[in-house]
Amino acid sequence: MFQLLQIELYKIFKRPRTYIAFAVISAIILLVQIALKFGGEEYVDLMMTGAKETFDIPVHQILNGYLVCFIILNLLLIHVPILVALIAGDVVAGEANMGTLRLLVSKPVSRVQLLAVKFLASSFYTIVLLIWVAVLALLVSIFLFGTNQLVVARKDEYDIISTSDVLWRYGAAFIFAGLGLITVAALAFMFSVFADNSVGPIVATVCVIIVFTILTQLQIPFYDQTIKPYLFTTHMLGWKGFFYVRGEEGVTIEGSIEHFSQIIKSAFILVGYTAVFLTIAFWYFNKKNILS
Amino acid sequence: MRYLFVLAGILFVTHKTRAQSAEALVQKVKAKFEKIHDYEADATLKTNVSFIKAPISNVRILYNKPDQLKIINKNGISFIPKGSVNMNFGGVLINNSDYDVIDAGKDGDGLRIVKLLPKTDTADIVLSTLYIDEKNLLIKKSKTTTKENGTYELGMTYGKYAEYGLPDKTVFSFNIKDYKLPKGVTLDYDEGLKKNEEPSKNKKGRVEITYTNYVINKG
Repeated sequence: MFQLLQIELYKIFKRPRTYIAFAVISAIILLVQIALKFGGEEYVDLMMTGAKETFDIPVHQILNGYLVCFIILNLLLIHVPILVALIAGDVVAGEANMGTLRLLVSKPVSRVQLLAVKFLASSFYTIVLLIWVAVLALLVSIFLFGTNQLVVARKDEYDIISTSDVLWRYGAAFIFAGLGLITVAALAFMFSVFADNSVGPIVATVCVIIVFTILTQLQIPFYDQTIKPYLFTTHMLGWKGFFYVRGEEGVTIEGSIEHFSQIIKSAFILVGYTAVFLTIAFWYFNKKNILS
Repeated sequence: MRYLFVLAGILFVTHKTRAQSAEALVQKVKAKFEKIHDYEADATLKTNVSFIKAPISNVRILYNKPDQLKIINKNGISFIPKGSVNMNFGGVLINNSDYDVIDAGKDGDGLRIVKLLPKTDTADIVLSTLYIDEKNLLIKKSKTTTKENGTYELGMTYGKYAEYGLPDKTVFSFNIKDYKLPKGVTLDYDEGLKKNEEPSKNKKGRVEITYTNYVINKG
């Protein structure tokens, strides 16, 4: 099994297109960092609109590595799923397209094992991509902007989080984001099992993500109550919940999370979606008549 | 008729004496505060505002005569209310020649109420009311209404620096308004939990500063 996984990982990481995602992410993050380095104070000023009537705002202190990372994750974690789909959508359909899938299933390895290894390899790629995001978005931002307390601007309040209370939240947020991206990988993987070339599954996954994301972002009460709670894209944003803190008489409670149960619920929903996508994929692949 | 004139005369003289007494009291408090040219103090700052959750911060407070007050938080972020210079009540007192002093009697705690009204229309302060402990020459409370930044209230508790008129603790209250930022600006997300939405209205915010030590007149 481990040897099979190594082979699958070798296949993924020897292809140049695998590194397109890393290059794209690096470019986006660096562009955002450069933009915030030279125009970040204006952005923070806009972000603090609600408080600056009453308070003197220490803009240069608010613009620090932790905030820059938070901004980058907000911008990026909507788009990373598309990059995940590039690989996970190709992992089975690509073999079918090249005519190697039939050869693979003729080996003395069960279809379940084969599919499990392919999904594990896709998930591994997803995690490596996320670690790359974390390194660039968090560590490089800290290097460029330094550290201070993190100010999270919400619709109707500002949460200020102590420096010592920030890093574990990023750790938890990245783990949660990983869960969301693995759900996307499972969706693309499921489409990949149905198809005989990789374009279809990739495009289908991207379309689903775009439509669901638009529905998630729409501020229409009808959708808020009917569709949005059931979309996995809604729950993929649950990582932000780690940055919403509880307070007592206006004082932040260190280590607290405002709606922890909501995060757990979102995590379960994502795991549920992943399980459904994988069940369908395994069920279909087991009975699939592989001709190519 | 003669008695009426005598009574009116007594009332006028009494009123004049009290007014002079209030001015003298302010002068005494001012004289006490004028002993301070500058000070630095370590303090903890606690913000209690409906739309802010912030940790208690350790700050350094720097004062230079007559009204330069800086609150510095080197290790964190503190939102300092605008008009916080009014936390330094000395600013008003030192320029009190620009104000008319009105005696408003005593409050329930026996504190002398003195109102300061600016003589010119251009001053930012519209009215300042001081609640003074006559015995110890300490301002225990003040209410200041400004043109730019609304009304501020200041409550002070004194300890070992009372001889300089410097408090151990100040509670600064000010008017705040609720706000809402557009979602695109805040990067917020819907957690699926609706908050109790109250209509926007004026509320009070508080900033509490507890001083741990002062270094006075060290340049």
